[in-house]
Amino acid sequence: MEYEAVIGLEVHVQLNTSTKAFCSCRAEFGMEPNTNVCPVCLGLPGALPVLNRDVLSCAVKVGLALGCSIQKRTKFDRKNYFYPDLPKGYQISQFDMPAALGGEVRIDTPGGDKAIRVKRVHMEEDAGKLMHEDDGSLVDLNRAGVPLLEIVTEPDINSPEEAYAYLTKLKSIVKYLGVSDCDMEKGSLRCDANISLRPKGESRLGTKAELKNMNSFKAVKDALSCEISRQTEILKEGGSVAQETRLWDARQSMTFSMRSKEEAHDYRYFPDPDLTIFLIGDNEIELARAAIPELPQQKAERFIGEFGVSSYEAGILTAEKSDADFAEECFRVFDAADKKPVVNFLIGPLLAEANSRGCGLRGLGITPPGLIELVLLVQKNIISNLVSKSVLKEMIDGKTTAEEIVKTRNLAQISDTSALDGIITRVLAENDKSVQDFRAGKSNAVMFLVGQVMRMSCGKANPKVVKELLERRLSDA
Amino acid sequence: MCRFFPAIVPFSLIKPLSTIMSDINDKIIEYTAKLARVKLESAELGELYPQIKGILDFIGKLEEADTGDIEPTSHILPVNNVFRADEPAQSLPMEDALSGAPRRRGRCFCVPKVIE
Ligand SMILES: [Zn+2]
Repeated sequence: MEYEAVIGLEVHVQLNTSTKAFCSCRAEFGMEPNTNVCPVCLGLPGALPVLNRDVLSCAVKVGLALGCSIQKRTKFDRKNYFYPDLPKGYQISQFDMPAALGGEVRIDTPGGDKAIRVKRVHMEEDAGKLMHEDDGSLVDLNRAGVPLLEIVTEPDINSPEEAYAYLTKLKSIVKYLGVSDCDMEKGSLRCDANISLRPKGESRLGTKAELKNMNSFKAVKDALSCEISRQTEILKEGGSVAQETRLWDARQSMTFSMRSKEEAHDYRYFPDPDLTIFLIGDNEIELARAAIPELPQQKAERFIGEFGVSSYEAGILTAEKSDADFAEECFRVFDAADKKPVVNFLIGPLLAEANSRGCGLRGLGITPPGLIELVLLVQKNIISNLVSKSVLKEMIDGKTTAEEIVKTRNLAQISDTSALDGIITRVLAENDKSVQDFRAGKSNAVMFLVGQVMRMSCGKANPKVVKELLERRLSDA
Repeated sequence: MCRFFPAIVPFSLIKPLSTIMSDINDKIIEYTAKLARVKLESAELGELYPQIKGILDFIGKLEEADTGDIEPTSHILPVNNVFRADEPAQSLPMEDALSGAPRRRGRCFCVPKVIE
């Protein structure tokens, strides 16, 4: 029997406000333990939480960007459980009146565009950090009370690849909004997954397992793949999947049951009496809407229309806002209507350099006019494509212009036939076998000869001109 | 503990108030105590049962009121949108923050180990 995976994701995004959600402690990282704490976030008796205005506006922005309907009335609830990282004995969260409901994130799949429905977006506070030692656990409450948004999907995801695409798109949108840096390694974006299998064509959902402890998008993908295999095996043998929480172990590439003696969680949510209700007016929603920048999807569509890039290229160029802005400046500086040479440069050598240096396009220190100068040198056949890559590297390292590098290193391409004739004569004399091959009808042999000329000219010969010259010389004789 | 009881009744049990009224039993009280990490002796259980039932019955009178035309209330105070600006203020000195802790180690609170 063939099975289909049904996956829902729960993402926690840490907001980059200056202060915590309900107190004025700094929401800063890397501080000495327990220095950003106060009676409110320590849960001392009598302390009263007051909501950070920016937390609600971030929630509204994210809700709007995901196409959710912003709720006119929203309130906070207490989620009760005991754990040492939670000093109050409850987490301030939202239960039945979240900030936003019902949106979607569109992803690219091999089968085309697909909408992953977003069930809800709600605000909550983070817990503290635990460090385990042999004879006890240490608690640092600097993170307790830092604002989070929880973004929950409907079970619309059907493969690990779709989960990866969803996370990538969600991160891109949230980063465009500037409300979080979404760095999974730093913990500012966290993801849990619910996954069940069902026979293909069946509409009823199977028993789901909850996966935790994945600390990269790749880990989410790997954990889901692994869990699909595990559940498939159980079902094929006629067994049934247990409803449980499983932890991903990246080192062993396996999920493990998080054995717990505790009974199923009963969080006993109830409205937090310390926080009164929040009413979100149309006016505030419109103000938030006006503050939302052009989002990756819209930007990609505009790039396709305005600059003639493919949807694949637009997807790459718009994933990061700063890259997209850089690309757009390049397109504007480059006069020709056909932007293909610029696109090839951006998503080819430039992106490769940026990735290997772990920075964005702008982080390479090349300005858009500087890059276009290089592109034009290739366009005008002054340097070859091959040489342009080494010039690019030098531009990045040496902080000089392309023209300067080409001039001082004498890299200009040789298209002058008289200058090439001498090299060609030598190459023909030294490669008699290839010459014979060509004359015997092996037209490929000419490419070998072109390569030899390129080598002898240290990459400076114009390969197009060389090929023409070679073909003329070979058929003349 | 009784004074706070309504706050710690499992949420899942709150919804149909009338159902709990008739259903409240030692098992629910034991379960609730367990969730709240309160140790109860069986004699205490016997003592608590009539008290809690009394409270729930009292609150249950609300069920008799006709609330058809009344908008649900989520808070007893007629205020809303209480915000603060996103501006940092002085936190507690670390020594003060840790001063009430039964156990500390270095700059951290120290608690019984929670994982093996
Ligand atoms: Zn605080």
